[in-house]
Formats: sequence, structure tokens, C-alpha cells
Amino acid sequence: MPERKIRVMVAKPGLDGHDRGARILARCFRDAGFEVIYTGCHQTPEQVAAAAIQEDVDLLGLSCLSGAHRELFPRVVELLRQKDASDITVIGGGIIPEADFTMLYDAGIKAIFTPGATLDSIVEWIRTNIKTRD
Amino acid sequence: MYFSEKTQKASGELTRKWQDKVENTLKTNPDQKERFSTVSDLEIKRLYTPEDIKDTNFEQHIGVPGEFPYLRGNQVTGYRGGYWTFRMFAGMGSAKETNERWRMLLREGTTGLSTAFDFPTLMGYDSDSPKCLGEVGKCGVAIDTLEDFLALMKDIPMDQVTTSMTINPPATVLWAMYCAAAEINGVPLTKIGGTIQNDMLKEFIAQKTFMCPPGPSVKLISDTVEFGTKYVPRWNTISISGYHIREAGATAVQELAFTLRDGIEYVEDVVRRKGLSVDEFAPRLSFFFNSHIDFFEEICKLRAARRMWAKIMRVRFGAKNPRSLWMRFHTQTAGCSLTAQQPYNNIIRTTVEAMAAVMGGTQSLHTNSLDEVLCLPSEQAVEIALRTQQILAEETGVVNTTDPLAGSYFVEALTNEIEEKAWEYIEKIDGMGGMIAAIEKGFPQMEIADSAYKYQRQLESKEKIMVGMNKYVTDARHSIPLLEIDEKIGEEQIKRLQDVRRKRDNRATKKSLDDIKNACKKGTNVMPFCIEAVKNLATQQEICDVYREVYGEYRDPGLF
Amino acid sequence: MKTTSENAPVIQYFIAIAKNVVTGSRFFARIMLMETIKKISAGDVRLASRLIRDLEDKLPHARARLKKLFPHTGKSFIIGITGSPGAGKSTLTDALIAEMRKLSKTVGVLAVDPTSPFSGGAILGDRVRMLRHAEDEGVFIRSLATRGALGGLSQAVGDAIHVMEAMGRDVIIVETVGIGQQEIDIINHAHSVIVVMVPGMGDEIQTMKAGILEIADVFAINKTDRAGAKQLHTELSSLLSGAPLSFAAWRPPIVMIGNLYETATFIEQMAELAQKVFDHYAYLQDSGQLGKRMERKAMMEINDALRCCILEPVIAKLTTSGELQRIAEKVINREFDPYSAAEEISKRFLKSGGENDTGKK
Repeated sequence: MPERKIRVMVAKPGLDGHDRGARILARCFRDAGFEVIYTGCHQTPEQVAAAAIQEDVDLLGLSCLSGAHRELFPRVVELLRQKDASDITVIGGGIIPEADFTMLYDAGIKAIFTPGATLDSIVEWIRTNIKTRD
Repeated sequence: MYFSEKTQKASGELTRKWQDKVENTLKTNPDQKERFSTVSDLEIKRLYTPEDIKDTNFEQHIGVPGEFPYLRGNQVTGYRGGYWTFRMFAGMGSAKETNERWRMLLREGTTGLSTAFDFPTLMGYDSDSPKCLGEVGKCGVAIDTLEDFLALMKDIPMDQVTTSMTINPPATVLWAMYCAAAEINGVPLTKIGGTIQNDMLKEFIAQKTFMCPPGPSVKLISDTVEFGTKYVPRWNTISISGYHIREAGATAVQELAFTLRDGIEYVEDVVRRKGLSVDEFAPRLSFFFNSHIDFFEEICKLRAARRMWAKIMRVRFGAKNPRSLWMRFHTQTAGCSLTAQQPYNNIIRTTVEAMAAVMGGTQSLHTNSLDEVLCLPSEQAVEIALRTQQILAEETGVVNTTDPLAGSYFVEALTNEIEEKAWEYIEKIDGMGGMIAAIEKGFPQMEIADSAYKYQRQLESKEKIMVGMNKYVTDARHSIPLLEIDEKIGEEQIKRLQDVRRKRDNRATKKSLDDIKNACKKGTNVMPFCIEAVKNLATQQEICDVYREVYGEYRDPGLF
Repeated sequence: MKTTSENAPVIQYFIAIAKNVVTGSRFFARIMLMETIKKISAGDVRLASRLIRDLEDKLPHARARLKKLFPHTGKSFIIGITGSPGAGKSTLTDALIAEMRKLSKTVGVLAVDPTSPFSGGAILGDRVRMLRHAEDEGVFIRSLATRGALGGLSQAVGDAIHVMEAMGRDVIIVETVGIGQQEIDIINHAHSVIVVMVPGMGDEIQTMKAGILEIADVFAINKTDRAGAKQLHTELSSLLSGAPLSFAAWRPPIVMIGNLYETATFIEQMAELAQKVFDHYAYLQDSGQLGKRMERKAMMEINDALRCCILEPVIAKLTTSGELQRIAEKVINREFDPYSAAEEISKRFLKSGGENDTGKK
């Protein structure tokens, strides 16, 4: 059976427009052989969830540097759950203090990558942890 | 020719001898790495000699402080006449918390204020907008109405302290609030001083807090320049910024080139649209640069900036007033050079960067706090950052003489090189039809994205090092106290906002919003109408919504 | 499954159970399949997107599903949008979606972006320009990578169109990459093709790729506030008026579209573009040309399916057995030529009577 391509979405929920990291990730994922959909900045959690379902992604990466991750990330996970799409793995990145990690993990975020995480380590994590359907 | 023939000859001979010795040494003691380059990947030679600046003409290219081309500084007496402004960027939670932090900073010796706004305010939304979930007060102060602004300026002597506001799409609104607050506090507009960042072109290129498309955005900027020229003479109505361009991943050359080209675009627009002569407003243009970790590259970049702008104003725009030729700039040490790992190391980085800014001749400086990679700065951290500037000024001797590195073969050669490369970019953008056209084509955005990706790859291959992150990594966790913004602050802000909406004279508010709309449609200056509207307690989103309605909303073209 | 008379009744009993479980699970699978088909036909985005993915990844069961959905296809109006990169296709697609929604039509969008030939990955960034429709349930936007389709749009795009048709989408917009054969190939999938051009980006008529002018049913000159717009319009008009009409009476109109931010004018121009596209569709129906296009599309699909069914298994078999490699070496050494090789292979695989050796009966 031919190998399935991993589909990833990189999203920036909230008002933060700092997308240097998100764009670097998009390029990096492309170079790693993934198909990456980038949503652009200034997305509401509702828009992000709707897009993730339309694109049938295996992984949704949320990036936020403004400190609003506490509200935004769990909201996205919740919306996916409501639409019966909890099989989409959600990870987070940006300016996220360690003290918030537990709360985010509890809310359903599977991994958090903060400044200093290498691109290779993120790709590695994805290859290890993301199983495409079937 | 810069040096005498005799010196040149001697230099040539000695250099060749030295080169031979180098070849020999390398056989048994090779260099640590193949290439030595700046953080922007500009290659640096092993040694710089008189040869490297032999074509430099002292009068034309170097000169003295206070004389064209102003390479060595605008002011004749430099820092001896007065230090750069210690201007610490600060803002958090609500106006009350920020006002407290400001007064602490003033007590501890800052000489100028600088406002950090939260994302809802930066983007022109009210704190209770559904788009602002979780954002209120988190990365700066929440300002919705004039009432918040008055609380922010409480007990601040507006006729004695200058205030900078980092605000872009809603700049007209926040500046209107400042002017209204001044009037209410009995300070005439002719006495207030400060800066609004108000640089939309760099938003499209790098920072991405945008609202309206490029054309109308530049029109609003020209409105502020005109208003300031006529009524608020001590105010810098634009801070043409390179800081964010650099933070987005640009090289030093790109930061310099794109910033200057943005400046050119603004000057052209004001002249064309408002019919002002260059000398009427150019003295109040200001700039904002990044000071990154490569010490000499930054110094050279800042010197090149001064020389280039002087040439641009004199040659391209025909300015006559010497003050039009001065490049006055604020600098901030590079946020993107700081690490979350081993955060105390950031103090050293900020110090080196601050020193480069000072030796580059900055007029005003913000030093980052060690914890800013993780959160808003705590009081202790911001104190260290402020003291860094004070120690530089009082103890290190860098202020004793003006432009101390002038004449260094290395520094002059690198300054020349950076300038040359920046001109290439400027010419290229000119060829594309200007900066707005270049932005539409995605040119600066793509250049920056390419540089950012290249640097990330260099970090990961350890071609470039960040101590604590990809070298000298420890497992030990340095826990530092982190500032937390109480969630309640957001809720209280929303309550305050809703109270204002209830108790104000809504008819007066609506009328003043309609007046703004008409001004936009007719193309007249919006500022007087903005001031009226904020006095009628219009919220900043209400005013921004008028702009959105008339001018449309910009959409991210999504380039990679 | 046979049982011998010597088998103990116990074994027979277990065999009977196993039979039931297998047929039971096959039965269960059938139920699931019918459920999926029903839901997709009713417009379920999640399942539809998953099926598109399975088709892209060439999963075996995906084809079965597509077969079941096929009878429900053929009722949507398919619009292709093509043109060089930078012409502003995505922005026009976004605006076209808005026009369709004004007319209460449900929309499916397939936005195709190139796969990197080096890594096999892709950045699918067209969606960024269509953000405002993200929460509109009447709009389903799906990004696809070309996956190295050599010449022409990948089969997955054709399959995805069918899935969206089966969902009951009134209009399907296919936005292609705009380089190479992709641009031309769109005519095999779409009823009406819009070719987008931009002044000042090297789109001069003389340098245009062969075929581009012939495939357009409607031309859109975008960003007409730029210098050279009038000239481009003049050149294009004169070329079109000089060209012999290949189909009966449709002369491709040229719609001028200005700056996106002159909102009122832009909306008017987009409404005109939408109207012209609908006019073309009406023309196809009235003139009987629609039938010809459907036939062309059906031919192409049959062709592709045959290639899939016949050629690919042959090549796969030759590759796994190593024979293809051996033939290649012989060809390099000039011991054999490719044409004779093909003749010999075809004799082997295509026995008279139509039976072949690929294991299929």
C-alpha cells in the first residue's frame, strides 16, 4: 500500500501577527515531505477548527505569542471535539510559560514547542507520533 | 585617496608579509571554522587594513559631527551635551497597572515614556470584541476610550515628559486621545512632545498588525504629519521602523534598506498629497532600529543609516534645512536574540546590544529585560535593563568622545559595504515602482522569509550559535519569577468599557463618528475629527470601524 | 470453504461461526460503506474530505467508494480558473465564491498547489486568500498538492471533483497552479475556464504559452490599475478577433478587474465575471456543445482509468520482478530498443481474446 502523506495545518489563532515562526515551520514541514496548509494570521478558533476539518489534516499546530493561548488553544480543541474531529492531533507553540503546560495538556494539547525547539525535533515528534488513518 | 602614497605602499607590503605568515600558520593551526560572518551572514575578513578604505574621501564620506553627511552624528557635542533618552517600553494589564509601572520607571531614572499596548488596542478592537478572547491586557495596556487614557496619564507631567506610543493602524485614534488628554490636563498642544510609531508599510512587510490597505494607510499617516506640522510642533508623527523587519528575520542590510525605502515612500506621499515642502516636516521624521547581537555590524549599520538618509534628503528630495538631513532614531535591543533557556544570559546580550546602539549614536534606547522571551518584564528584570543603560552612560566611558570608532579600517569598511548593499535594494525597489508596489509583489516579505529560514537552518546545523540553546546547553532549570496578568483585569476592563458606552452622550458620539466618515470620504484631514470623537468617548474600535468601512480591510496575501 | 465428511462436528461448528463472522464483518463493512455514501451525498464535509484524501493516497477501498458515488455526479457546474502565478487567481476565486453565495449557490473549491520535486511536500497556501468563507457551511474549500503529476492535473483532482459533485455542490471551482500542462488540462475537467492575466508581469501576448488562448472561455485581466492594462486588453482583443472561431459562436469576453480595495467597483466587476461565466454555461447547453465537453471529459476519465488498470499494474509487475531494470540496462547498452521491448511485453500481457496476465479476470 502506498505511503500516506502527512497533512499538517499551521494556524495562528488570535490577534497576534508574529508569523516568522509559523512560516519557517511551514517551509520546514514542506521540506520534510508533509503537505502543509497555512491559515494565515488573525484567525478565530471557529475558523481554525472549520478549516482543519475541511482539509482533513492529521495534525493541527497552533502558534500564539501574545499570551492568549490559555483561552484560544483549549477552545480550538473543544470545537474539534464538538464536531466529532478529536482524532486531529493538536500541538501548540509560541510564548508559553511552563506553568501553563499542565493546563494545556489537560485541555487536550498533545505537545508544546517553545522557543529553542529545533525544527528537526518537531519533525521527529510528528513522524513518531502522528499516525495517518488506516 | 584616504592615505598618503607612502602609507599605502607600506601597508601593501606589510599586509602581504602578514598574508604569507597566515598561510603558514594555517597549515598547522587551521581556523576554527571555514567562514566567519556576522549574524546576518555578512562575511568578515581576517584583517582590515588601510587598503580597505583607500578610496574613502575624508570630507565627503567621513567628516565631523554636525556636518553633512552626518556619519559621525547629528549633534556637534554628542552625548557630552546630553545622554540618549532612556526610554523603556512598558505596558501591561489596564491603565492603572501601567501607570504604576511608568511612575516606578520615572522614579528609577527613565527620561522618556514608551507605551506598549495590548493586541486588541493594536489591532483596533474593543476589549469586549469576540476577536479578543484571551488577549486583553496580556502583552500591553488595554485602552478602549479616553477615560482609560486619562487614567494612564494620571500624575504624569505631560509638558515635561515625552511619550512614545507603539501604535500603528489606530495611531490617529491614540494620538487624538493623547492630545485630548493634554488639553484636559491644561497642557497646550504646542508643548507636548513624543512619538507615534504610525508606520504602516512595515506592518505589511513584517509585523502584520494591519487594518486598511496600503494606499489609505499611507493617507492617514500623511494626515498625522500635516496635523503635527501645523499644531503639534514637538511631536514626531512617524517612527519609520526597522526593528520589526529585523525581528521577522531580515538581515542588517535588509533592515536598513527597507526602512529607508519606507521613509522615502512616506516623504513622497506627504509632498504629493499635502503639498508641504520637505523642510516643513522632515525635521520631525524619526526612525526606529534594532540593535542585534553582532556588535560591529550594528554600529556600522547605524552609521550607514545616518549617512544614507542625509544623502537621500539632500539629493533626492532637495532639502535645505540641515535638520531635515538628520536621521534621528530610537533603538531597541533585539528581542529575537534572547533565549528562553538560561535567561540570565540575556542580560549580557542586552548589554552588548545596548553598547552597540550607543556607539552607533542612538538618540533614544530601550533595553530588553531578561525575561521577555517568557512574559512581560517583572519589576526586577526591568530595573536591571534600565540600570544597564545608566551604567553604560555613567561608568564605561563610551560617552566621553563622539563616534569613537570612526577611522577604524574595519568599521569604515564595513559601514561602506553595508551602505553599498542597501543602495542595491533601494534601487531595486525603485525599479519595481516604489515600496507599495514592491509589497504588492511580495518582494520584501519574501526576502525576509528567505533570510529567516536560512538563519534557522544555520542555527540547527550549528553554523550559528546561541549559547544555552544549541551550545553549552544545560539541563538545570533556572527558574525566574514570571509576571502574570490576572484574568480579572480583562473582565474589569470590559466592565469599564460597557459603563462608558452606557453613560456617554451617544448622539454626540455618533455625530462625531459620522464626521470622521465624511472626512475620510472627502480626503480631508481626520485628526481634528478624531480628537472630537474621543472627547465624546467614542471607543477606538468605533473609530477604526469607520476606517474599515470606508477603506476596506487588508488581507494577508499569504506568501512563503 | 469446504469441509470433509471426516471433520468432527465441533470443527464444522467453528467453521460455520467463522463464516458468519467473515460474512458478518463483510456485511458490516457494506453497511458502513452505504452509510458513508449516504452521508457524503447529503453533504458531510468531514467524510468527503477524508474520501478525497484516500483517493489522493490511492487507498484501495477509496476507488470502491468513488464507484458508488459516481451515479450521483455530473450535476454541478464546474469552473476552472487558471493563469500564471501572481495573477491573483486566489483573490478572484475568493470573490467569485462570494458572488455564488449571493445567488444562494453552494460552492466547492479545489485549490491546487505544486508539490516540491525535492521533498515531496507542499505548502498549500491558497486558502489564506479565502479566509472569510471559513465558517460558511455553503462553502467547502479543499487544498490539494499536485503530487508530481507529470503533465496535467492529477487524477486526484478529477476524483475530488466527483466527490464534491456527489455532495450536491451547485458550483465547483478548480483553481490550478498555473504552470505548465496544468493550465491546459483544466479543459478536460471544467465546463467553463477563466484565464486570468495581469499587466506588467510578462504576460505579453507574444510570450504566451501555446494553447492558453485556445482554452479560455472567459478572460479576466486582473489588477487593471497597473500600467499596461489597456495595452494588454487591446492586444488580446485583436488577437481574439483575428482567430478563427473553433466552436460555433462563443467569442471569449474579456472582463477587466481593478483594484481589490476599490470595493464597489470591484464587486461590480466580479458580478460581471460571474455573469459571463454563467452565460458561457448557458451557451454550452443551448448550442449542444455541453455534450461535446462531457464526452471529452468522459474520454479522458476512461483513458486515465484504463492507464490505471492496465498500464500501471504491468509496470508494477515488471518493476517488482526486476525485469524493467534488466530491459533498461539492455536499452542503455543498445542490445534492445524501447519499442521492441514494448511490443514484446504487450504480446505477453495482451493475449488474444482480451484476457491478460495481470491476475485480473
